[in-house]
Amino acid sequence: MHELSLSSAILETAVRHAEGRPVKTVELTVGVLRQVVPASLEFYWDIVTRDTVCEGSRLDISVVEAVVRCNDCATEWTLDDPIFACPSCKSTDVEVLKGTEFMVESLDISEVEEAAI
Amino acid sequence: MHQTKVRVAEDALDANTTIAHANRADFDRESVSVVNLMSAPGAGKTSLLEAVFRSGLGDVRPGVLEGDVQGSLDADRLSHLHVPVTQLNTDGGFGGECHLDANMVRTALPSLGLADIDLLIIENVGNLVCPAEFRVGEDLKAMVCSVTEGEDKPLKYPLMFRTCDLVVINKVDLLPHLDYDLDALLRNIESVNPGVETMLISARTGDGVEAFRDWLVHVAEREGVPA
Repeated sequence: MHELSLSSAILETAVRHAEGRPVKTVELTVGVLRQVVPASLEFYWDIVTRDTVCEGSRLDISVVEAVVRCNDCATEWTLDDPIFACPSCKSTDVEVLKGTEFMVESLDISEVEEAAI
Repeated sequence: MHQTKVRVAEDALDANTTIAHANRADFDRESVSVVNLMSAPGAGKTSLLEAVFRSGLGDVRPGVLEGDVQGSLDADRLSHLHVPVTQLNTDGGFGGECHLDANMVRTALPSLGLADIDLLIIENVGNLVCPAEFRVGEDLKAMVCSVTEGEDKPLKYPLMFRTCDLVVINKVDLLPHLDYDLDALLRNIESVNPGVETMLISARTGDGVEAFRDWLVHVAEREGVPA
């Protein structure tokens, strides 16, 4: 269900930028902290894009690992489990540097040339 | 035919966030504080609100926006307590949305009577995943987590637990009957969202409800409710 809502949000963004032109690929960056299942997002993508300029397009999803920095001792580490405490000094004053992205990066669009019409 | 790459570089939820800001501006204009209350289905959001409204919020005039996929069962329960309740159903979309988004809340704004309330509690659709993604224009987010759900839930739904300013742990009256490790739950909450405020309550017996009531009054008063 989560991915259904999110695929609709991606579609809204893509359609707005496509300005009526057919979209072939949507490049997406998703941080692991967003708890998005790429396969599920792709499944819903095929459904929500029906009868839109994105119909038949592909989602190109780059998954970004969660990188966290300790504000006390400056240790940076990649999060494997959702434990937001510094592995070095145990401080919980930590900052998430990467891993919360949910960005539509770019669209590949088919431009129909005048002569072909 | 040739392909062109169009750079977008836009958060896919930007449109929602923009509307959430507009909602927030409207709430601020009317000096209404807003709490987005979330939980899994059946954790006890409505029971908690019933318990709070039974004893009242003092000078604070509350209102509730009740989000459900279908029906008005929860709104009916609350309206008996003389609190203005607006029902918002999400079943107009694709099989019923599993959360409230900023635009759904925006459509309900005219019926909320913002001039006559100080505190709006948005009872979100019961779900531990989607509501965490969509801001609706709230000041603070609170969640109800009941002890019948398992101690591991913060680790399974970190997005929800991390986004909240308060975690209310409900149904503690059942603890003697359950093999439940409350310390493990508190540890897991602390791991996922260090320092987040937690409260132990039972909406059924009323134990601890006063703390949540005080929290709501405090949230409302931050916006300058007359004492």
